[in-house]
Amino acid sequence: MEWETVIGLEVHVQLATASKIFSGSSTAFGAEPNTQASAIDLAMPGTLPAANAEAFRFATMFGLAIDAEIGRTSVFERKNYFYPDLPKGYQTTQLEQPIVIGGHVDIAVNGETRRIRIHHAHLEEDAGKSLHEDFHGLSGIDLNRAGTPLIEIVSEPDLRNADEAVAFARRLHSIVTALGICDGNMSQGSMRFDVNISIRPKGEEKLGTRTETKNLNSFRFMERCIEQEIERQIEVLESGGSIVQETRLYDGDTHSARSMRSKEEANDYRYFPCPDLLPVILDDDYIDAVRQSLPELPEAKQARFQEQYGLSDYDAGLLSADAATAQFFEAAAAEAGDAKACANWVLGEIAARLNASDSSINEAPITANMLAGLIQRIQDNTISSKIAKTVFDAMWQGEGSADAIIEARGLKQVSDSGALEKIVDEVIAANPKQVENYRAAPEEKRGKMLGFFVGQSMKLSKGQANPQQLNQILKQKLEQ
Amino acid sequence: MNPQDIQKIAHLARLQINDDVAAETAKSITEVLNLVDQLQSADTDGVAPMAHPLDAVQRLRADEVTEGNQRDAFQAIAPATENGLYLVPKVID
Repeated sequence: MEWETVIGLEVHVQLATASKIFSGSSTAFGAEPNTQASAIDLAMPGTLPAANAEAFRFATMFGLAIDAEIGRTSVFERKNYFYPDLPKGYQTTQLEQPIVIGGHVDIAVNGETRRIRIHHAHLEEDAGKSLHEDFHGLSGIDLNRAGTPLIEIVSEPDLRNADEAVAFARRLHSIVTALGICDGNMSQGSMRFDVNISIRPKGEEKLGTRTETKNLNSFRFMERCIEQEIERQIEVLESGGSIVQETRLYDGDTHSARSMRSKEEANDYRYFPCPDLLPVILDDDYIDAVRQSLPELPEAKQARFQEQYGLSDYDAGLLSADAATAQFFEAAAAEAGDAKACANWVLGEIAARLNASDSSINEAPITANMLAGLIQRIQDNTISSKIAKTVFDAMWQGEGSADAIIEARGLKQVSDSGALEKIVDEVIAANPKQVENYRAAPEEKRGKMLGFFVGQSMKLSKGQANPQQLNQILKQKLEQ
Repeated sequence: MNPQDIQKIAHLARLQINDDVAAETAKSITEVLNLVDQLQSADTDGVAPMAHPLDAVQRLRADEVTEGNQRDAFQAIAPATENGLYLVPKVID
């Protein structure tokens, strides 16, 4: 039987505010445990929440960026459940009257553009963290994260496979980082995904029973998890079984998901409006002012990169997808002048190294300024593009600027024809047989044979010979 | 409401109640719900649902860090801590 997959995503985005959504505690990542947990975050009796204006502005920015309706009356509710990293015994969130209603995000997969509808996005607070290791049978609780503002973005079930889901998640990532409302740091949990998956026979209208896999914090995990879950569901159904509605937890270490709880034991959250918080009213003037302040969005940036720098659709898409990458590229291009070369370095060497260490461009050991410095030395023929790779490696290792490395390591390209001639003479003298063969060969075969001499000469020059000049001198001398 | 409903809600709220209390509570909550039913028969067409009894809107504060580290003070009253963490009986959902 042919199956169709139906996927919906719930995406938690940590907002890049300085302080928490309901308290004046810092939201900075990586602090000592519980040093950023105030009386409000700890749910001390007698405390009251004080809502953070910036969280509303950020959520409004997101809503406007995806063409959504902004909830003019925003109401907070209590979602009640018990867990040690939730000191109040409820999460303050939104249900009936969220801040972002509807909207859509366009994705491109295999050259085809699809519109994915957003159901809504709401503001809420994050929970703390539970650590289950090394506490002699007890759990350790760190409440620094408790109260960090989140928007939870809920998509319609419009996605049909893992590729689309990943493209959608990446698009959201590029939108929130372009807006500057989230740092986009996946490894620090700034964006986390819950994936709802069901399958149905192709052509069937009715949705199948879905499962939810929670807490994915990388695009790669998400792709794997979806593929595995689709396979699992098909296997269950084709062997005559049925899908149990359940919540599954993905383990990034073992790359497998396990059942967390089934519907029977599912929580009944007993939502009700939070009496501690009044409705938040956002009027037209406010929304218009936020709209005026929106920065350039990835889609517009992609078009501009093609136009302004003559980049391909594909390269422009990659460079504009991440705000920090786009900024790095533009800064380097402005200084180096050669935008295409900058694009190649950013998408080639730099992207490969960042991918390998799973880090973002902000964590790169080189700056846009340093990359521009390297490209300029290629342009003015100080170094060949081959040596440039060596210089780049050294820059990445923290050895300083391109100029400093070229100087310190003596990598300057040899363009002095006297020096090149000496090298060529040496190579010719050392390889009389090859020279004889070359001179005896017909013209059309010589091109290929020349490669041998170029290789030998380059080797002798430690890769520093100016390749065009070297070629010329070689030809000249061999054909004497 | 029957005593089983009460036990279920009590469990969700992590309250331990015995069967006598559950039976009694079922009775009194049923009375409250009857009152709610009565209220629900009022004509509310054209009346917007109210999220809060005060006719006021939430004031928002500026995004500034105003709270410092008071971990020692808070942890002084915690039953168990280690390496700055609060320790609780192991829970794995």
